Parts: sequence; C-alpha cells; structure tokens
Amino acid sequence: MDKVNESIISAGFGGQGVMVLGKFFAIAGMLHEFKVTWLPSYGAEVRGGTAHSYVRISSNTIANPAVFNPDTAIVMNAPSLDKFEKRVKSGGLLILNSSMAVGKPKRNDIKIIEAPLTDEAIKIGNVKIANIITAGIYASRKRIFEKDILKNVIKTMLRTREELVSVNLRALELGMEIGKE
Amino acid sequence: MRRSKIKYLSTGNEACGEGALRAGCRFYAGYPITPQNELTAYMSRRMEEENGTFIQAESELAAINMVFGASVAGARAMTSSSSPGISLKQEGISYIAGAELPAVIVNIMRGGPGLGNIAASQSDYFQATKGGGHGDYRSIVLAPATVQEMFDFTYDAFSLADKYRNPVMILADGMLGQMMEPLAFDDNIKPSGIIPKPWALTGAEGRKPLSAKSLRLGSGKNSLERHNERLQEKYKNIERSEIKTELYKTDDAAKIIVAYGSPGRIGRSCVDTMRDDGDAIGLVRLKTLWPFPYAEIRKLAERGCEFLVVEMSAGQMVEDVRLAVQDDNKVSFYGRMGGGIPEEEVIIKKLKNRG
Amino acid sequence: MGKTYTRPNSMKDVLTHYCPGCGHGMVHRIICEVIDELDVRETTIAVAPVGCAVLAYDYWNFDTTEAAHGRTPAVATGIKRIHPDKLVFTYQGDGDLAAIGTAETIHAGNRGENISIIFVNNGVYGMTGGQMAPTTILGQITATSPYSRRSEKEGFPLKIMEMMAVLPGVTYLERTMLTSPKEVIKTKKAIKRSFKRQLDKKGFSMVEILSPCPTYWGLSPLESIKRIENEVVATYPVGVIKEDK
Repeated sequence: MDKVNESIISAGFGGQGVMVLGKFFAIAGMLHEFKVTWLPSYGAEVRGGTAHSYVRISSNTIANPAVFNPDTAIVMNAPSLDKFEKRVKSGGLLILNSSMAVGKPKRNDIKIIEAPLTDEAIKIGNVKIANIITAGIYASRKRIFEKDILKNVIKTMLRTREELVSVNLRALELGMEIGKE
Repeated sequence: MRRSKIKYLSTGNEACGEGALRAGCRFYAGYPITPQNELTAYMSRRMEEENGTFIQAESELAAINMVFGASVAGARAMTSSSSPGISLKQEGISYIAGAELPAVIVNIMRGGPGLGNIAASQSDYFQATKGGGHGDYRSIVLAPATVQEMFDFTYDAFSLADKYRNPVMILADGMLGQMMEPLAFDDNIKPSGIIPKPWALTGAEGRKPLSAKSLRLGSGKNSLERHNERLQEKYKNIERSEIKTELYKTDDAAKIIVAYGSPGRIGRSCVDTMRDDGDAIGLVRLKTLWPFPYAEIRKLAERGCEFLVVEMSAGQMVEDVRLAVQDDNKVSFYGRMGGGIPEEEVIIKKLKNRG
Repeated sequence: MGKTYTRPNSMKDVLTHYCPGCGHGMVHRIICEVIDELDVRETTIAVAPVGCAVLAYDYWNFDTTEAAHGRTPAVATGIKRIHPDKLVFTYQGDGDLAAIGTAETIHAGNRGENISIIFVNNGVYGMTGGQMAPTTILGQITATSPYSRRSEKEGFPLKIMEMMAVLPGVTYLERTMLTSPKEVIKTKKAIKRSFKRQLDKKGFSMVEILSPCPTYWGLSPLESIKRIENEVVATYPVGVIKEDK
C-alpha cells in the first residue's frame, strides 16, 4: 500500500458520537498497523455543547496529535461547520450532516459530501449511529481501510453492547453506499 | 509459556494508571483537576479490582500526605494532579524527600501562572527539576513523550522511587495525558525492583521502634547538615546512574533540537523532514529531566553542534542546556505558552536561518 | 506492697522537653499506659503533629511518624488503609487540628476512617511563642491577641468536637481535662475507649483533652489548673459528646 498520512477532525454536539467516531478511526488505523493518535477537545473548550476530536493515521511516527488543517473534516452541526470548513486542506474532504447543519458550505477547492445523516440513521433504526454512517462514507472515499477490519472494529467497540452491532454494521454499509463516487 | 502482548488504544492518563498498577502500586489518592481527570477516574475503578486503596481526597494537600502515610507504611503509592494542584502538593513532596520516602507523583501540566487554562503546557519544568518545595532536595523527573512511555515510565518510576527512597515525578503535558495511542504490554508483567523496606512502619513487633521524620534538631552525625550531605550524596549517585536520553540522528548532526514530551515528538518529525532535504539535523530528547544530561549535551557542543531548545514554556529547560553548552551563542530557543504547540514550520525555519 | 508507679513499657526512659506544668507529658504517659494495658505496643503506629508535641516520637517506644502541619489525619489515613489491623492514632494540638488541619480532621471523620485522634487543646500555639489559636477563649490575651480575643475582631473559639458530632462517620467523641486525679482517670478511660473501639473496627473517634500551658498563659501550674476549671470548661464543657453503639 502507498504511504498513508491522514488527519481527521470530527465535530458536532455532545451525544452525536464525534469522540467515539474518532476512536473508531484510530482503532481501525491501529488494526491496520498504522501509527495512530486521537486527541479530544476537552474542558472549557467543550462547554456549550460542541465537541471535536483529532485523529491522525500514518505510516510514519506521528509528531503532533493536534490537527489544525485536516485532510478530512466530518461536521455534524452548524457551529462546527463555521469553525472547521475553513480549516480543511485545499483538495481535502468535508463530510456534512445536512440534517443538522444550518447553512451551506462555501469552499469550492475541497470535496464536499452532504447527506441527511441523522434522517438516514433514524430510518435504519437508531438516531445515534449517524457517526458510523460518516465512517462508511470516509472509508469508501479514502480506501485505506479493509471492510472486514472495520466490521471487527465495530464488534470490538460494542463487545459489551452486542445488541447494537447489527444496526452499526448496517450504518457502515449505508455510508459506504453514500460515499461511492 | 506464550507471553501475551495485547495492544490497546489508550489515553496517556489511563496508560499511566495501568503502568502504576502493574508496578504494584496499591494506593492512590487524588483530587479532580483537568487535564488529568481520566487518571483519577481510572484508578477509582481499577484499584478496587486489584484490592488496592483509592481515595478521592479533600484536597491536594491531603492526597499527597495520604501518599506519605501509605508510603511510610511500606506500600507503593501514587498521587496525580495538574500544575495548580502540584503547587499545593509541594509541601508534602518536600516532607517525602526529607523523610526519604518513595512516592510517585504525576503532573499532567497545564498553563499558568495561577489558574491559567487547561491546555497543554510545560511551564512546570523549574518547579519539578529544581526542587519545587522548600529545602535542598531533588525529585527524579521522568518525561514521557508517548502513551507507551506513559505506561513504561510510570512502571519504572516505582522501582526508582524504592531504590533511592525518593520522590519520582512523571512530568507530562496535558496533550500526553489526553491523547490516545496504541499501548502494548505483557499481560503477565509483574512488579519489578521489589526490595525489602526495613524502614517501613509496621508496628514494632520483635524489633526496635522506628520513627520516620524530616525534622533534624540533633547535632554531630544527627545534624541537619549531615542529613543534607547524605541526601546530596544520594543525588550525586542518581546523577551518575539514572540519566536517560534519546539521541536521534545526532552522530553527524551540526544542529540539534533539544526537547522533551510533546515537543520531543515534533522535534523528531522536523529532523526527518530536514534530513530529507539533506540538512544534518539531530534531536536530543530527554527522558529524565532530573538528572539532566549535562555531559551528553556538552560532548555534542564540544564537537561544534548548535542547539535549538523547543519547549511549551517561556524557556525553562533552555537554562540547563546553556549550562551544559557554556556558550550562549550556540543555544537558541523557541517556545510557545498558554496552550500553544510549537510548529514544525517555525522550528525548521529557525534551524535553516542559523549558520 | 510492690511498686505502684513505674514507667510504662511503651514510654522510653528519657526526659521530655516539656515545660513545668505542661499537659503533654501527662497525656503521653496516659497513652502509653493504655497501650500497655491493651498489649498493642508492637502493633501501634502513631502520627505526631507539628507543634509542641512534634518530638513525641522521641518519648514513645512504638512506631511513629511525623506529619506536615495539619496533615496528620491524612497521613494516618494512608497508614491505616495499608495496615487496617494496626492501632493508628494521631496526636494533635489545637493549631494543627483546628486551624491548618481543619479540612483533614473533618474529612477523615466524615470518611469514618477507623483511626483515633488525641486532641490536646491548650488554647495557644505553644511551639511558636504563645500565639492565638482557633480554640483561644474569649477574653484571653496571647502574643497575637494583645487586646484579648474579641469575638468581633478575632472571631469565636472553635468547638471542633461539637462540629464533628454531626458527622455520621464519627462514632465517639469525648472531651476531658487534666485538672485532678479523677479527671485524669476519666481521660485515660476515654483514650482507652477510643483505642478499643478502633481495635473493634467501630470507626472514627476523637478525645479532646483540655490541657494547661502555664508558660504562655502566664500562670503557675496550679493557677493553670484552676483556670481550666473556672474559665476554659465554660467554653468547652467536658463529657461524652457522642457515642454510637
């Protein structure tokens, strides 16, 4: 495989699973034998309800776990769109939850995938799995992960809540569908 | 028997806690403060599983003194906090040093002075390495730079503390506490460096009573001056034996980045980038801040190297580098404060501009 | 008839540094008698305070440690959690316990730590020169209350025992004094009860002893005793304040 050097910011309201989404990417990267880091926003930074996490996935040793200009931003609400759209690297990827995000993205030098992720999540049975749909979108676009390993990540992360595995697997599949070019 | 090495994705704070438990730490007292809360929460859960003691103390002062008590009773004991809380613990650390008790203190640093903010910082270097509390004493200071090292260094801290009957501090910036990285360790790992503690208070059964104290009002060989001289001998011994430094591509380097903790990671990346451009750059990453590697740095200086010290502070460790190099023209500094993280581009620019 | 007054085994054969008429020496001895009678000298760990009694470990013939000023109950907590079957007690003065160590005292009690606190209340900081303590009574002149303690400027005497009584984790509280053989015997009984309760794992207990400081009260030893009986007791009534089953 080519050398991988990916950075991701996932951002949204508390409860939308953006921290867990970051961990999902980090564990996936780890199981692919990449170097990974995950760093949360924390403390006073998360007051007011928005939270974000930084993930790096790399073939090389990772220097700084904080990410200012990400390759990919996954944005689940309006304040996060304001904050992070402008920070995505030129040529990067913005995944946007149009069910929640008020307003339109302005950039034309980045790839933007908009989908009503919360609505889709409700449709397949659990409002909380919009985050895993975005993981599927990311996976189908970036092609650095093997699908079987991603499924294992879901099973590992939900080992104490097995009843949620199947709906999360469906969310992953759905995301990969949406992400298809 | 197959030795299992399971890989976890762990925060630095939790890796630190697990490293302590695997080292046989069975007493932890703490008090909430960001950015080290995950460590306290982790210990509250895990200590009970290991039949150890977890206490959420009424203050940092109480926490460090509970550690004093557990340590004087013979247990491997730890407390953790972040900068403002560590200031409160300094009195207790001084007593622990004076009474020559082993203890592990974790400082997940945030910015100051005062309440500052909760972002990562390295502005407690002076406090950690030059004493911190009152009196002539030293704490051994370990500086991890990865989640794996948060585990490994904490694990090692307990045997160092026991060996020298001295406080050992884990000094890490808030980013290292909060971030997650893969962590691997042997699931069958056992505590190391376990030695008898004939000084521990266990009740005077079949022996003369013991008393643990830092008060020295005596004269002659019981005088405070003699006690201090013995402590200084111990510190010299530690300086001779316990310095740990990572030298990365320094063999042929003309310019050297000196850093620890998170800036150490960034420095390493700068070395790789500049080496690709053909620049002879190296990194000295400190794993022990006290004892400090004066001799190693001096050797590099004598070879003609120039140094850029990178810290998340106004410039604290740079003073020790200057002491080692003894030529201020060869030492420059780049620091960020208040949660700022040193930027690779700036480091590279600074290195390119010099000489 | 045999010897009726001998040195307890738990007491070292040394002279103490205390002033004539000071209560510390008496309380030290009472504690040692109790430890002898309970036969726990070899399983006792004591925590000495910062204050006049800082050198208690030079007089006691069992394991002892010092603690930073006021942190005495925190140190005892650490020891007791490691050695739950040992007798662990702190010995503290009013400055140590009721001023700088108030938080440690209250929270050790509130956690119900199974330790005993022997609280020697003489109403002044003796070691540093007779300054006003939180327990100094109204009207008392000290090095730092030269116009006497006035409630409107220096606040009121702090009744720690009465405060502690409301904590469910605290199981036994008694205040005694050293003014007569009868009161000394009561003090000894209280200390013994506290230690026994600890050995029976009944939880946190505390004995406060109203003790004379002739040096900084500017009185003779005998006048000091009279002062406790006539003045101090009015603020700090003696007796059992709390005793759970």
